[in-house]
Amino acid sequence: MAAMTATILHTRGLSRSFGGVRAVDNVDFDLEEGEIRAIIGPNGAGKTSFVSLICGRIASDSGEVWLDGRDISRLPAHQRVRLGIGYTFQITSIFPNLTLLENVALAVQSQARTNSFLNLSSRRLNDSAHEALVRVGLGERSGELAGNLAYGHQRLLEVAMGLALKPRVLILDEPTQGLSESETQGFIILIRQIAATTTILLIEHNMDVVMALAEKITVMDQGRVLAEGTPAAIRANANVQRAYLGEQP
Amino acid sequence: MKVRLLPSPQSLLLHLAVIAALLAANWLLPEYHRGVVSRVLVLAVFAMGYNLTFGYGGLLSLGHAMFFAAGLYGAGLTIYHLDWSIWPAFGAGIGAGLLLGLVVGALALRTSGVAFMIVTLMFSQVFYLTTLYFTTYTRGEEGLILQQEVRSLEFAGATFDLSDPSTRYLAGLALFSLVLLFTLFIIRSGYGRALIAIRENDERMRMLGFNVFANRLVALAISGMICAAAGAAYAVLFGYVGSTLASTQYSILPLLWVLLGGAATTLGPLLGTLVMFYVIDIASSHTTAHLLVVGLVLIFLVLFFRRGILGTVRARWLPWLP
Amino acid sequence: MGFGPYLLLATLEGLVTAAVLSLMALGLSLVFGVMRVVNVAHGEFFMLGAVLAWYFSSLVAGDPALGFLLALALSPLVVALIAWLSDRLVLSRLKYEPEATIVATIGLLYIIQQLALTYYGADSRPVEAPFTWRIQLPWFGYSGYKLAVIGASILLVGLTALLMMRSRIGLIMRATQYDSETAQAFGIPVRRVYSAVFALGAALAAIAAVLVVPIRQAHYLMGQEPLLLSFIVVIIGGLGSLRGTVVAAVLIGLSDGIISMFFSPTLAKMLATLLVALVLVFRPQGLFGTAAR
Repeated sequence: MAAMTATILHTRGLSRSFGGVRAVDNVDFDLEEGEIRAIIGPNGAGKTSFVSLICGRIASDSGEVWLDGRDISRLPAHQRVRLGIGYTFQITSIFPNLTLLENVALAVQSQARTNSFLNLSSRRLNDSAHEALVRVGLGERSGELAGNLAYGHQRLLEVAMGLALKPRVLILDEPTQGLSESETQGFIILIRQIAATTTILLIEHNMDVVMALAEKITVMDQGRVLAEGTPAAIRANANVQRAYLGEQP
Repeated sequence: MKVRLLPSPQSLLLHLAVIAALLAANWLLPEYHRGVVSRVLVLAVFAMGYNLTFGYGGLLSLGHAMFFAAGLYGAGLTIYHLDWSIWPAFGAGIGAGLLLGLVVGALALRTSGVAFMIVTLMFSQVFYLTTLYFTTYTRGEEGLILQQEVRSLEFAGATFDLSDPSTRYLAGLALFSLVLLFTLFIIRSGYGRALIAIRENDERMRMLGFNVFANRLVALAISGMICAAAGAAYAVLFGYVGSTLASTQYSILPLLWVLLGGAATTLGPLLGTLVMFYVIDIASSHTTAHLLVVGLVLIFLVLFFRRGILGTVRARWLPWLP
Repeated sequence: MGFGPYLLLATLEGLVTAAVLSLMALGLSLVFGVMRVVNVAHGEFFMLGAVLAWYFSSLVAGDPALGFLLALALSPLVVALIAWLSDRLVLSRLKYEPEATIVATIGLLYIIQQLALTYYGADSRPVEAPFTWRIQLPWFGYSGYKLAVIGASILLVGLTALLMMRSRIGLIMRATQYDSETAQAFGIPVRRVYSAVFALGAALAAIAAVLVVPIRQAHYLMGQEPLLLSFIVVIIGGLGSLRGTVVAAVLIGLSDGIISMFFSPTLAKMLATLLVALVLVFRPQGLFGTAAR
């Protein structure tokens, strides 16, 4: 198997309906190791539902999800996370009463599989947590309460928690929503750095971010994959323009 | 500011000081009050077990009487009917609590919130009715009385008479201290941190790779064991094993004690139990209806004093208080 | 007496139980349905209704019908007032937060029960039925009053259903139940609706109690068992579903009489409670309800 084109994650026939509406409709999807993939599409296209099916937050009606040659379709979410699917929430979801370090330490603890009582050295916990905070640029503020952070920094903390899981695939659900222009630029740089070690699956509305980051784009519409290809190819795709890009102001 | 997986030195010192003070109280307290406090110590263990799931785990159970009663009957029945000695009987009580915690947890944890409250209430009611149904063995509300001669404890080569007031107090204190320190250590451990974080946001923890169900189940099993230990201790220290102690009221009391002392504080259960005992003691001289006091205090707590005594102290003055 | 008549008698007794239970469970279900409040003190409203019925009927000498009618008029009213006050003073201040509300109603339970013990005492006291005629069936005579209870219950359940389905007040209640925030935005006084529903629920329990005291005596602990049965009914019928509640009440009422012929009452209660707990675990929408919201 050539390392350059190894598929790390794929889905086959993945479907889910909500009250008769097919939110995700028979999706075949392949993600290659090391790539940055963006999923775009109009509101209600099923993007968040689709990644939720991948990470197991919601159960699928039918279809399969494979991670690195292993069928994970039947596994509960927490096991998928342990196997290497990291997920960051669209709505910032941190523990406001804990310090930054304690927030990230939870993720480290999970990754170290030490859900147990004693089997974790306090030093390793702190080092790993601190390292993740440094990577997102919050290393100096590790002792602050997460609830006191500005919104943009909370988003970074969320990413640090994702990183501390040491995921094979990191799913970022609209990470730049609500960020200022300069914060967004910083975020782009950060994600490029992360991509050196992790495959990235990105849901994003901001087309500048998508074009700056994505090596390949998957366009979803009404629960289906409408098109897939390089940014240039997607830009040129007439269907996509009609369904999606045309609606953009 | 590192993340510590062990209690801080100051909190450890505080807890050891509390234990030391309680030890000294054995010789300082007048007879009547020593009797009250020895009962409080055992019931505070019950409250600490309750606090683990309610305070730290955020699981509001209305059925913990069944765990207390599992220990009570696990020890009481084996002593009364099978002539077991204290240690194995105590073990039987704790084992019963663990088993019940696992079974009830496996079922009840499929629900949450209000449904969890009602399901636990009903399971506990089933347990209570079971003790009434097998009245041939349990003598129902009248209960079994364990005589002085079966309540002697072999320990370190010596024999202790558990019906002796001083021995009883010290035995209660020993169990209390053990559970207190255990609680202190567990809430600072990785497991305890995860349990508390799950209380705050279970979906986030799931997506950090934690098995929320298993984590809560462990909490309920440990809680069941601690409550059962309190029940078993109650049986051997006070010699009464009856259905009254399995009734719904004994599911509400630990909730009351913990709310009053401060949920999710290590020393809150002791403080709440102690205060409530004396409040009822004082009220009893004015009215026979002590449940009236329980009802009023419950409503007062949920309306105006949700954090409880130590929860308020922590929020206002001592943020390091565990 | 052959098996047929025996079964008829058991069915009639079961229907009486079902009639009382329907009213009581309807109150519980209404409160849960509209307010999402699990009222653990519901059994005490029932007990209070019975104790007050005894008190009011004892005020009137002479024809027992007069005393009974006075009790039927006043007892639910007083209980409704107490419930209304409890809602204003406690529940509304808790913002109906589910867990705190349950704890508060447990407190309420103890307070009411202990006050009844203090002022009413630990005795059981009867209330005379308003009339004593019996229907003579070929096999046995049967109390006309019990039949009247069944009739009254059908009437009251029907009226409540009509109130909920047809009247403006019912519409307001259902709108509040469906989405209290939107209802508030549309100018529905949600807080007053809640207080009214809580009072109505308690009044239904009290009416059930007044109807029952000529059959069973008033006692300060009498609220416990009906509370358990109502919980069973409401859970099996599907939380907050009116139709499911009535169907389940009839089912439980009928089977209660029949089951207790075969099992000891304690064992019957044990099994029923266990069964209902398992229904909540595995089928939280109830046996008759559709998927929960």
